[in-house]
Amino acid sequence: MTIDPIHQFRIQNLVPIFTIHGHQFAFTNSALFMLIIVVLVSALLIGATLPRAVVPGRLQSVAEMSYEFVANMLRSTAGNEGMKFFPFVFTLFMFVLVANMIGLIPYSFTVTSQLIVTASLALLVFVIVVGYGFWRNGFRFLNLFVPKGVPIYILPAIVVIEILSFLSRPISHSVRLFANMLAGHITLQVFAGFIIMLAGFGVVGWFGAALPLILVIMLTALEFLVAFLQAYVFAILTCIYLNDAIHPGH
Amino acid sequence: MSDGTRENGDRDKAHTDEAALSARLQRLGEGLGQARGRAAPPPSEDPGGDRATTASGYARGFRLSSELVGGVLVGAGLGWLIDRLLGISPWGFIVFLLLGFVAGVLNVMRSAGVVPGPTPGGDLPGNRE
Repeated sequence: MTIDPIHQFRIQNLVPIFTIHGHQFAFTNSALFMLIIVVLVSALLIGATLPRAVVPGRLQSVAEMSYEFVANMLRSTAGNEGMKFFPFVFTLFMFVLVANMIGLIPYSFTVTSQLIVTASLALLVFVIVVGYGFWRNGFRFLNLFVPKGVPIYILPAIVVIEILSFLSRPISHSVRLFANMLAGHITLQVFAGFIIMLAGFGVVGWFGAALPLILVIMLTALEFLVAFLQAYVFAILTCIYLNDAIHPGH
Repeated sequence: MSDGTRENGDRDKAHTDEAALSARLQRLGEGLGQARGRAAPPPSEDPGGDRATTASGYARGFRLSSELVGGVLVGAGLGWLIDRLLGISPWGFIVFLLLGFVAGVLNVMRSAGVVPGPTPGGDLPGNRE
């Protein structure tokens, strides 16, 4: 039996839709899981807000907690003005969080382990930051690249470096989430593979297999932490970038 | 006192009671709004995302390495593009790759909280409005 730790990330075409110049566009397993995520989050929030109880039930307090969590995060990083971006940040946070969590269920597909998905999300944030920054501040938005208190003779170099640093944001924003998910899932798969390999050696192997089994259990717990943490980091970085769009260089 | 007003079932009395209650609620709401506005700024005084990074060293490592890689990649990509557009290969690539490294290191230092962000002092919501 061969164990291929990368197999879980393979994109499979489920329903072919159309073909352009030999490129096939299909409804893939990735798209299917994105759909599942959207349906799940919508069902959770709609179902939670239906009772409208003053004393929240179990489901409603989950919804209220997630609302409070994201609202506080946004308010503390981007100020009250940032609250107009609340629907956007909340959607991103819930999507990434549920995608990460669903990915931890065996035999499921982790949408956020695909670079193209995280890159699209990060680019969306980037485009919104640049677009809103220019729309709101006009060319004052460019103050972001001109730090104050820098001697004039090194200013050109600093400005170029600041621009590069700004342009690298969507890359680090997307790669962080993608790499965390990818590495975590590969690690889990490899250690789970060790269990099977060792168990094939007979009685001695069974005791040997206990070690990677314990490790896999601990890694799974760690992965749950990482899944939440990465969703949080993704959302808070979005907030920080939005803050730059709202208040570029005072 | 309120027991006395409740005992006589006078409609008029109940009405003023309700008015007083709604006025009080409004006052409380305003106070709460102000307290929120005041309470919101302080947490953001620590550099952004600090809590996220300290929560786990694993996440912190990933965060810092992706910052560095991001900077280098953007520098290399931009240099390559400039080379192609202006036909000055390999100079654009060399210069921008080095600048990309610098930007990457700057990113790392910023996300580690060693250097303040591009808006020195100004990024505290406390000195806004």
